[in-house]
Amino acid sequence: MLDRGRTSTSTLGVTDRGGAIVLGLVVVTTLALGLATLLLPASSALHPSPYILTLVGKYVCYATLALAVDLIWGYCGILSLGHGAFFSLGGYAMGMYLMRQIGTRGVYGDPILPDFMVFLNWKSLPWFWYGFDHFWFAAIMMAFVPGLLAFVFGWFAFRSRVTGVYLSIITQALSYALMLAFFRNDMGFGGNNGFTDFKDLLGVALQSDGARVALLIASAVLLVASYAVCRTVVLSRAGRVLQAIRDAESRTRFLGYKVESYKLWIFVLSAVIAGLAGALYVPQVGIINPGEFAPINSIEVVIWVAVGGRGTLYGAVAGAVLVNYAKTYFTGALPEVWLYALGALFVGVTVFLPRGIVGLFTKKASA
Amino acid sequence: MSVRDHILYLEKLTVSFDGFKALNELTLYVEPGELRCIIGPNGAGKTTMMDVITGKTRPDSGTAWFGRKLDLLTMTEPEIAQAGIGRKFQKPTVFEHLTVFENLELALAGSRQFWRVFRAKLTAEERDRVSSVLDTIGLSDQRTEIARTLAHGQKQWLEIGMLLMQQPELLLVDEPVAGMTPQETERTAELLTSLAGEHSVVVVEHDMDFVRSIARRVTVLHEGSVLAEGTMDQVQADQKVVEVYLGS
Repeated sequence: MLDRGRTSTSTLGVTDRGGAIVLGLVVVTTLALGLATLLLPASSALHPSPYILTLVGKYVCYATLALAVDLIWGYCGILSLGHGAFFSLGGYAMGMYLMRQIGTRGVYGDPILPDFMVFLNWKSLPWFWYGFDHFWFAAIMMAFVPGLLAFVFGWFAFRSRVTGVYLSIITQALSYALMLAFFRNDMGFGGNNGFTDFKDLLGVALQSDGARVALLIASAVLLVASYAVCRTVVLSRAGRVLQAIRDAESRTRFLGYKVESYKLWIFVLSAVIAGLAGALYVPQVGIINPGEFAPINSIEVVIWVAVGGRGTLYGAVAGAVLVNYAKTYFTGALPEVWLYALGALFVGVTVFLPRGIVGLFTKKASA
Repeated sequence: MSVRDHILYLEKLTVSFDGFKALNELTLYVEPGELRCIIGPNGAGKTTMMDVITGKTRPDSGTAWFGRKLDLLTMTEPEIAQAGIGRKFQKPTVFEHLTVFENLELALAGSRQFWRVFRAKLTAEERDRVSSVLDTIGLSDQRTEIARTLAHGQKQWLEIGMLLMQQPELLLVDEPVAGMTPQETERTAELLTSLAGEHSVVVVEHDMDFVRSIARRVTVLHEGSVLAEGTMDQVQADQKVVEVYLGS
């Protein structure tokens, strides 16, 4: 009886049908594309193009980012309009590794310095580039740097009890400030061109089918693992404390919970997931530049989550894939219409489907 | 004051907001197991007093001690809550999207650290504790319901139940019967009376009939300090009280 009470709490049941369906589709698509690429001859009509592989890989990374946003927004009421910053920092960490892998194959052929540094007439590698020639070091940084920024930012913001729209605005400002900083050449991150022209990852050429399939699979694995972590958190008692903070923050505080430390840990976890998603995104799209920090990117993530269904985790995944598919379609077919369509979608979902698309299917469960 | 140990000592508390003195050298003592009612007109400082006790507001001067050992003015809200002071807000504040059971579960006494709470499993003992509080507040049949769907009075009881889960020594209850039906009010009176003894209970209330039905000792606040203290009959007979409050 008690356990039944538990399941009716959230839109996530203990048997997670929605999650199984959404993640199942991602996994099946990934495997089908992977097998078709590796087994079918390149001449076959069914052989997936590199474009499709990287497009799906991109969607999966976006879905992981949306999951990170839903964890804090859907369950703890923290509306971050700056999560693109954590995603981009993870991406830059990966980009730094990829730049150092280029080595003498760059335009200027410098064995140590990336091309943009040679172009700027720098004589030696800045200290913060040390270590990025090792993948293990770069991999740690992909999680550590976004996590550290989230920790420092969250420590100040949550301790000062900045909440609601004010918090949203400063997360946005954070992302914007980083964008401006990364645009500067003397920051040492390639200025407005960012990093591109990557050659290989762990010794495998990025243009090869094998690398593309491996990256797609890695993205899917990251999504599934992140989903499992988020779900474990939200179904634990600590997850119920997060929802309590969302529903009545001061009540939670008067029950003796240090609200700021709960917010801080969940924010850091969310930033780490976002950073790892960004790290896998960069080698698939082949470029990272300060434009990724643009506030509009972070706002779009929130729209994916709202469209999919906030506070369900799998809704965020579904929303990210569907909205991005629509974006791919519209920006190809009717480019000038896309932003209007996105705006209309957001308004429409807010007004008519407050629980998002997945709310259509789970209406009975929570009525 | 008497030689007996008090559970709460408030001495010469002063709080001003932009020159307005919400509390003016307020001195008040609460005894263990007592059920105390605080009354007074709007702006008398009742809510500010609760804010000071629970760490939400810091006074300009004065002292506030919980028992003989804990200086409330140096403690944060969670620390004060953990030390055994539970507070019920004026507006019922429960976790709307969690079940009645889960609301109480989160209020269980125990570690509040993220990692410990993350790994916490409900023990049989804790389950019994939740069940016994559910009985006390009369919500056993609603244990699996989402708190949002409860009636107003039930939410108030649930919130009192959440305070009980923390096993507090002192309960601060702000206007518990505002907006309640007569039946609900009566039920609340029974509930609060039954809690006194095991806990000290301080109730701030406007409803005079309600105060008369539960209070053994009443403190009248006026302009941030104590105007009169005694039984309901004593304070009602007090000429100063009649002038500022009851008589009007």
